[in-house]
Amino acid sequence: MENVKCIFENKNMGKGLNKIESWDVVIKPKSSWFKLNLRELIRYYDLLVMFIKRDIVTVYKQTVLGPLWYFIQPILTTAVYILVFGKIAGMSTDGLPKPVFYLCGIIIWNYFSECFIKTSDTFLTNQNIFGKIYFPRLIVPISKVVSGLIKFCIQFILFLGFYLYYMFQEGYSYGPTWYLVLLPVLLVLMGMVGLGFGLLFTSLTSKYRDFKFLIQFGVQLVMYASPIIYPLGSLEDGSTLKTVISLNPLSHIIEYFKYAFLGKAEIIDWGIWYSGLFTILVLFIGIIVFNRTEKNFVDTI
Amino acid sequence: MKETVLKVENLSKLYRLGEIGTGTLSHDLNRFWARVRGKEDPYSLVGQVNDRTSEAKQDYVWALKDNNFEVKQGEVLGIIGKNGAGKSTLLKLISQITSPTEGSIKAKGRIASLLEVGTGMHPEMTARENIYLNGAILGMSKKEISSKFDEIIEFAGCKLYMDTPLKRFSSGMRVRLGFAVAAFLEPEILIVDEVLAVGDAEFQKKAIGKMKDVSRGGGRTVLFVSHNMSSVKSLCSRAIVLEHGQIRFDGEVNEAIHRYLTEGSVDGVYEYKEFSGDDKNTSNEFVQINSIGIKAVGKHYGEPMNINNELSLVIDYTKKLSDVRLDTTIQIKGEGGNYLLASGSGSIDDMDNTTQTGRIRHQVILPSNFFNASSFYVNLLVNQNRKKINLRVDDILKFDILPKETALGQYMGKSQVPLRPEFKWTYAQTDELT
Repeated sequence: MENVKCIFENKNMGKGLNKIESWDVVIKPKSSWFKLNLRELIRYYDLLVMFIKRDIVTVYKQTVLGPLWYFIQPILTTAVYILVFGKIAGMSTDGLPKPVFYLCGIIIWNYFSECFIKTSDTFLTNQNIFGKIYFPRLIVPISKVVSGLIKFCIQFILFLGFYLYYMFQEGYSYGPTWYLVLLPVLLVLMGMVGLGFGLLFTSLTSKYRDFKFLIQFGVQLVMYASPIIYPLGSLEDGSTLKTVISLNPLSHIIEYFKYAFLGKAEIIDWGIWYSGLFTILVLFIGIIVFNRTEKNFVDTI
Repeated sequence: MKETVLKVENLSKLYRLGEIGTGTLSHDLNRFWARVRGKEDPYSLVGQVNDRTSEAKQDYVWALKDNNFEVKQGEVLGIIGKNGAGKSTLLKLISQITSPTEGSIKAKGRIASLLEVGTGMHPEMTARENIYLNGAILGMSKKEISSKFDEIIEFAGCKLYMDTPLKRFSSGMRVRLGFAVAAFLEPEILIVDEVLAVGDAEFQKKAIGKMKDVSRGGGRTVLFVSHNMSSVKSLCSRAIVLEHGQIRFDGEVNEAIHRYLTEGSVDGVYEYKEFSGDDKNTSNEFVQINSIGIKAVGKHYGEPMNINNELSLVIDYTKKLSDVRLDTTIQIKGEGGNYLLASGSGSIDDMDNTTQTGRIRHQVILPSNFFNASSFYVNLLVNQNRKKINLRVDDILKFDILPKETALGQYMGKSQVPLRPEFKWTYAQTDELT
């Protein structure tokens, strides 16, 4: 008897399955750990473009100097570094002209810190928009990375100016190396590591504001732990300090970048692989945490 | 039969009460530990019902609890309920702004939400740029916006200011621009939250008309939340009433509005209500309402009131302050929630009890042959010294007026105008007729 009943029920279930309709949107409390809906991101491509445009256009509205500020900031920073680290502290620049050496480090560092800092307050600065409308949240941090890249390109022109000027000056000999072909890889890595950390930190800050304070001086500290104002080669081989700085994944990207243009930097073969793996890991964790946070952050922010 | 385009099943949302502090970190850790062991969320069991007037007993509250409903294609569903009943939470869940604690929402087609107009518009950018930006945020492609650009400008009525930064716009103009973009959005499901409250009368009319077109012509589904009963009534065919996070009623719009406005009445006798001192809605440190009632003169409470009956409305309250004059004012609203009239005891010139405290009764006689056969709602306001409002209770009372000589329960018709007073009419022949 029971068997018959079971079969009967199964038949019904089969019918029910056929009837199950296809839904375009299903909203449920929980979702998979790693959800990267690329199709949705592509559908919102126009929004990405609009956000990038907004970031670039509105920053220097109602300023007299306008986009010139993109140049002024790195020039002044370079001047301060030349004075403080070059002249007063007398730190080595690997025999390179000081402006070129510092500027090279500054623009690549600016790119990273721009990507990281701008993405790390995604939830805080966009809580009004996010609280009113749905679109793939990842669009916002991605747009910040792209506008960071555009800002980098503008500052890169400045760097090129100094670079070419000093190249034809007496007493300096430096030039590009074949590592220049790695430039796109380096820029992608730098942007992605900034994005990964940014995603991680914005998720944490959305509930616990404590991390906001950590970010402010954390970026400063990490800069000193990266070979920006000193060449990695100037550190004593085998010293703890050098080991620590080599463990910083940013160090290798920066050194490869410097080597590509200046031909003088300490590059380690496994360095770029280490940085690459690290970037993928951070980005992966960042996206997981970001996805989990975006679902409910409106309630906790 | 029309297709179901939105299906909400067992939808619940738990919110934390109070501030985020050290306590929440331990809660987060506990919850994480429970999830690791594969156990149920330890805090979901203790949520209390969403009643904002009651004391907070637990740390968590169910803003929504076990709600089920379906919406068919082309339907305009109204969502009504008091402040804090869970309307906005429901919209937020459907528009994917936050995710449910339990249950699911399934939808066919694109969902676009208009919880605010002009979301993401940037004050430094021009109107033209903002149309593209806002459109993109709402999910339109650049091509779509370009093809509708002229219509959008025309709808917003701001062609002159196209290349002016948005920060120079008045707030009304910003709303127009924002709504214009949203109006040309073509989602299968549109969610609208009281965005019509701003903007001038002409624009509101335009906006409501546009929403009607969207649902009728385009066959799109609209979910509409509003406190304005007349716009709900004119727009929606069906409505759900939310109360304390749960759906109390789901059905025909007039019936829903009726349920909403008479929420909390007992035994179907709406015309007389008593209140206890614990009720925070009807008492405060100045005054406590004891009872309010309306009846036909010479009849009892609950007996039918006809057009030709004189009505007596009595308010009984306890005055807790001495040396002030307290007055009561009633506002009477029609079926759709439109204000019809207001009258207050402030018109009494000498009130000799101003120095004392104690129970006071105000009575007002409403004339016969004044109200039409319809439903009416009363707001009660208590004023201090004819200036400051001490207490305001909206929809404290509901009453129905029946046509002449009709027994209770027989009248089912609908009236066109809420008031039909018998003014003094005369006639005289002014022309020699041949």
